[in-house]
Amino acid sequence: MSGLFANIVWSDIWQATLDTLVMLGASLALTIALGIPLGVLLFLTGTGQLAESRLLNRLIGMAVNVLRSVPFVILLIVMIPLTLLVMGTSLGVAGAIPPLVVGAAPFYARLVEGALREVPRVTVEATQAMGASRLQIVVKALLPEALPGLIAGATVTAVALVSFTAMAGVVGAGGLGDLAIRYGYQRFQTDVMLVTVALMVLLVQLIQFAGDRLARHFDHR
Amino acid sequence: MIELDDVTKRFADGTRALERVSLTVPRGAAFGIIGRSGAGKSTLLRLINGLERPSEGDVRVDGISLPGLSDGGLRSLRRRIGMIFQSFGLLDSRDVAGNVALPLELAGVPRADREVRVAELLARVGLSDKAASYPSRLSGGQRQRVGIARALATRPDILLCDEATSALDPETTRSILALLGALNRELGLTIVLITHEMAVVRAVCDQVAVLEAGRIVETGPVASVFGGARHDATLRLLGEAGR
Repeated sequence: MSGLFANIVWSDIWQATLDTLVMLGASLALTIALGIPLGVLLFLTGTGQLAESRLLNRLIGMAVNVLRSVPFVILLIVMIPLTLLVMGTSLGVAGAIPPLVVGAAPFYARLVEGALREVPRVTVEATQAMGASRLQIVVKALLPEALPGLIAGATVTAVALVSFTAMAGVVGAGGLGDLAIRYGYQRFQTDVMLVTVALMVLLVQLIQFAGDRLARHFDHR
Repeated sequence: MIELDDVTKRFADGTRALERVSLTVPRGAAFGIIGRSGAGKSTLLRLINGLERPSEGDVRVDGISLPGLSDGGLRSLRRRIGMIFQSFGLLDSRDVAGNVALPLELAGVPRADREVRVAELLARVGLSDKAASYPSRLSGGQRQRVGIARALATRPDILLCDEATSALDPETTRSILALLGALNRELGLTIVLITHEMAVVRAVCDQVAVLEAGRIVETGPVASVFGGARHDATLRLLGEAGR
């Protein structure tokens, strides 16, 4: 056993796992908090929708597309000055959160927009005919009806964030990815690489399982 | 009660859905608008609760002109106009009681009052035992009964029916139409229904307008319009009904 995992320091692995979980939890919460309003705005300003606005839709759509087309490794580096300004550091777990959110929120916003499009038009029309305001239509009809889709989208986003957190190791973010790069790759410690990868695989499985269960729980269709 | 005054509706792409339509629906009437698909029935119905705005002309409900209303004014008017749909438009995320309670929630009715009213409405449509069921577990006829209960929640004076029975089998259709007829007689509810089926108009309506390519070609009491039909469109509809 000690021969097989000679380089493993379990307390380091534990700390890295914790760092990854903190990065993932914080960035996922912020991504959802930003992505839902952004997705709602994208949907509502679309052609034939309740707040149709070509200009607004194009502007938000373009911003979302630009952010989505920047590779995450590049985003990490480009965002360093902004991250310093917001968090006071561009290193460690705290330094990773702003780029993670900026990378994931536009992606989630598109998934939110897609989930809202799945709500039948007649459902919105019926709510409108009851005398609902636009805000009421969003809060009482659109978001609850799209909830299973919003959860499925958040699950996909969380899985993407796991791989983003690993990349954040490149700029010294800490976490399992950091461990894999510094020990597994740069010092040829294959055992460290194996353990970190196995933990990330496990994490992704858990996220997918929980997400599927939650989406099914709220799906009454 | 409902007046359409020389209404024309053009869509953004230039197509004309309605052409100089004038119509009066008296209080307490059961008014049918019949026509083939594409005749403009849906657009006409949606003018009455402001889901569509006229390009020209005026729409008045109880003397209130809809095109001149603010958003807030339109919303409070809509609480006095119920609407039911061919595909029901129920929320899958809410159970039956939750669906019926929604218009009351939107109007800011307190929870305790909502519960009393929802129980009353479900009893009226014969679905008291389904309060906790989700719409996906119900038959088409039951779903439409939920739709009717929901439409009546805020005690409207008017009920708009958008092909309300077109997705239902003949027997269910009869029971839904019987319910609509009873609501019309017992509550004095003014009903405006659009349909492409003669039998629906015969079962519920006392007055009818025949819509053809965006124009009203005949209107009057059901017996005299169908009995002494002069216009081709009416004759064709009568022919399809198997006379």
